[in-house]
Amino acid sequence: MNVVVCIKQVPDTEQPIRVKPDGSGIEEQGLNWILNYYDEHAVEEALRLRERHGGTVTVVCAGPARATEAIRTALAMGADEGILVSDPLLEGTDHLGLARALAQAIQRLSWDVVLCGRLATDDNAAVVGPALAEFLGVPQATAITRLEVGEGVARVEREVEGGVEVLEVQLPAVFTVERTINEPRYPTLPGIMRAKRQEIRTLTLADLGLAGAGAEGEAARVRYVRFDPPPRRETGEVIRPENPEEAAERIAAFLRDVAKVL
Amino acid sequence: MEGIWVLAEHTAGQLRRITLELLGKGRALADARGSRLVALVLGHGVEPLAGPLAEHGADGVLLADHPSLASYGVEAYTHVMSRAIHEHRPWAVLVPSTANGRDLAPRVAARLGAGIVTDVEDLWVEGEQLVARRPMYTRKAVGTVAFVGDGPRIAVMLPKVFPPADRQEGRRAEVRRLEVNLETVPVRTRVVERREVRRERVSLVEAEIVVSGGRGLRGPENFALLEELAAELGAAVGSSRPPVDSGWVPHDYEIGQTGKTVSPTVYIAVGISGAPQHLAGMSGSKYIIAINKDPNAPIFQVASLGVVGDLFEIVPRLVAAVRRLRARA
Ligand SMILES: Cc1cc2nc3c(=O)[nH]c(=O)nc-3n(C[C@H](O)[C@H](O)[C@H](O)COP(=O)(O)OP(=O)(O)OC[C@H]3O[C@@H](n4cnc5c(N)ncnc54)[C@H](O)[C@@H]3O)c2cc1C
Ligand SMILES: Nc1ncnc2c1ncn2[C@@H]1O[C@H](COP(=O)(O)O)[C@@H](O)[C@H]1O
Repeated sequence: MNVVVCIKQVPDTEQPIRVKPDGSGIEEQGLNWILNYYDEHAVEEALRLRERHGGTVTVVCAGPARATEAIRTALAMGADEGILVSDPLLEGTDHLGLARALAQAIQRLSWDVVLCGRLATDDNAAVVGPALAEFLGVPQATAITRLEVGEGVARVEREVEGGVEVLEVQLPAVFTVERTINEPRYPTLPGIMRAKRQEIRTLTLADLGLAGAGAEGEAARVRYVRFDPPPRRETGEVIRPENPEEAAERIAAFLRDVAKVL
Repeated sequence: MEGIWVLAEHTAGQLRRITLELLGKGRALADARGSRLVALVLGHGVEPLAGPLAEHGADGVLLADHPSLASYGVEAYTHVMSRAIHEHRPWAVLVPSTANGRDLAPRVAARLGAGIVTDVEDLWVEGEQLVARRPMYTRKAVGTVAFVGDGPRIAVMLPKVFPPADRQEGRRAEVRRLEVNLETVPVRTRVVERREVRRERVSLVEAEIVVSGGRGLRGPENFALLEELAAELGAAVGSSRPPVDSGWVPHDYEIGQTGKTVSPTVYIAVGISGAPQHLAGMSGSKYIIAINKDPNAPIFQVASLGVVGDLFEIVPRLVAAVRRLRARA
């Protein structure tokens, strides 16, 4: 069972985000970059598949040179190999372009399952997984909370409105994982040491035979034109009522008179 | 049938509320472009939905009616939707951000080479361009993104952001049936079981009022307090992450970065401190009411009404107060 995990490096969600004064993007200086939260779960699930079924775990990440740190985190958790897809031409690409590049990188490997996170916490797109499945020509299941792999077929669970769906999906396939699928392990010290020394292959679009083939920024069908800070919420009132009765009355009055929902 | 399309999601023979929201937004876009609003329906036995779709603003209804479309499956749905878009060339397609909409839309976009923007909370026409706005970076920034080039534009729209279209009784639409041929479509995913997560009233993302509990509730039994309040208000119950991690409530309840995004009219945060990852899922609410015993809790910085006090004393009395007001109304 060979598993490929797609990982992204994103800003730590614990820290504030500042939009550049000219609205062209966010201030990257001083940001702490980490492995996307859901991708930790994807790496964990891949390691569990390897523990149960043997095989290899390869992580693939598209991004600038700093993204190798995210790859090292995954290697320290126990992944066997890391590949960085990096090319200035990818600047300004959209999620479909990115998925094309990742698909091309994955196609060069031997794989049975591709795991992605449910979404990347920076742009919240949730696009790359299904797009990747389409470009690889395989079935998909998104936001899965459980994965059991059998002979050529996987049984997965997926949260939908008001319930859970159990699906059988033929392999090879792409899955995006929800956080409840597992509890990711922490990297071990020997793991961290090993990851530090490990070689990470870098591939450009030309290496992937993709120069001018729709993965570069030029071909993007959507383009960010501006970033703004979130709209300021009108500052409200914080009250310290004398007693709980008064507190209850004030809230009820708010519901009736301001929110007008009673 | 070019123009603006809305993918009409439905359940148990009824249009979902989000479909009505998209029809409202779609109507405005169609008017801005002087074009038609078309609803695309996939399913089996879906003809009765044409009436309500017309009454909520659709000029045209495209029915893809087939036994194999009775429930969602990614291969069949991708095939039918991609074919329909390819053939009829809509200018833009609005898709609801539901579990299935998020599964389907990116795959369709990939098949067609379409532009796709997800988590859309506003959408407008600027000259010949379609422009969208979306929260990013756990709602610490807002991105404005434009579709470029020709070809289909797919916008996956957040629920509870756009008001549902008004119903105009007797309004009619041109109804057409799409030819559905699925013989050549390999089906490699199969639903073998569906389990319900029981909800007393409305779903969390569609609710007008959300009552949400955090670690301050101390245990699963105390969620009954919130249930009682929610029942009185016709609200849905949600939670921050610790109650999920402690197994007090299912993950379906979780609101925030790693849970659901909700934008109700009123969000009542009970015993929730207001961590950024929680705010990521609820700071788009119209009004936020917070009950917390710590006057320095960050939730008060986003609250429209913050109440410093003990939730165990306040919530039962709030249930009674709401009951009194409703009896009077
Ligand atoms: C990657 C990542 C993703 C995350 N995703 C999410 C997410 O999606 N959603 C989410 O919610 N969190 C998420 N978190 C966790 C988040 O950081 C906070 O830990 C969490 O939101 C805290 O939940 P809480 O407010 O219920 O608990 P606490 O922060 O412990 O707050 C409990 C509050 O209850 C108050 N309280 C206690 N007793 C009473 C009482 N009797 N009466 C009134 N008030 C009382 C306290 O004053 C306190 O403010 C995430 C964290 C990480 C690292
Ligand atoms: N730059 C990237 N490199 C590798 N994988 C990515 C990248 N961006 C997104 N992914 C994968 O796609 C998932 C969803 O990302 P997104 O569609 O951007 O929300 C992530 O959790 C990753 O698994």
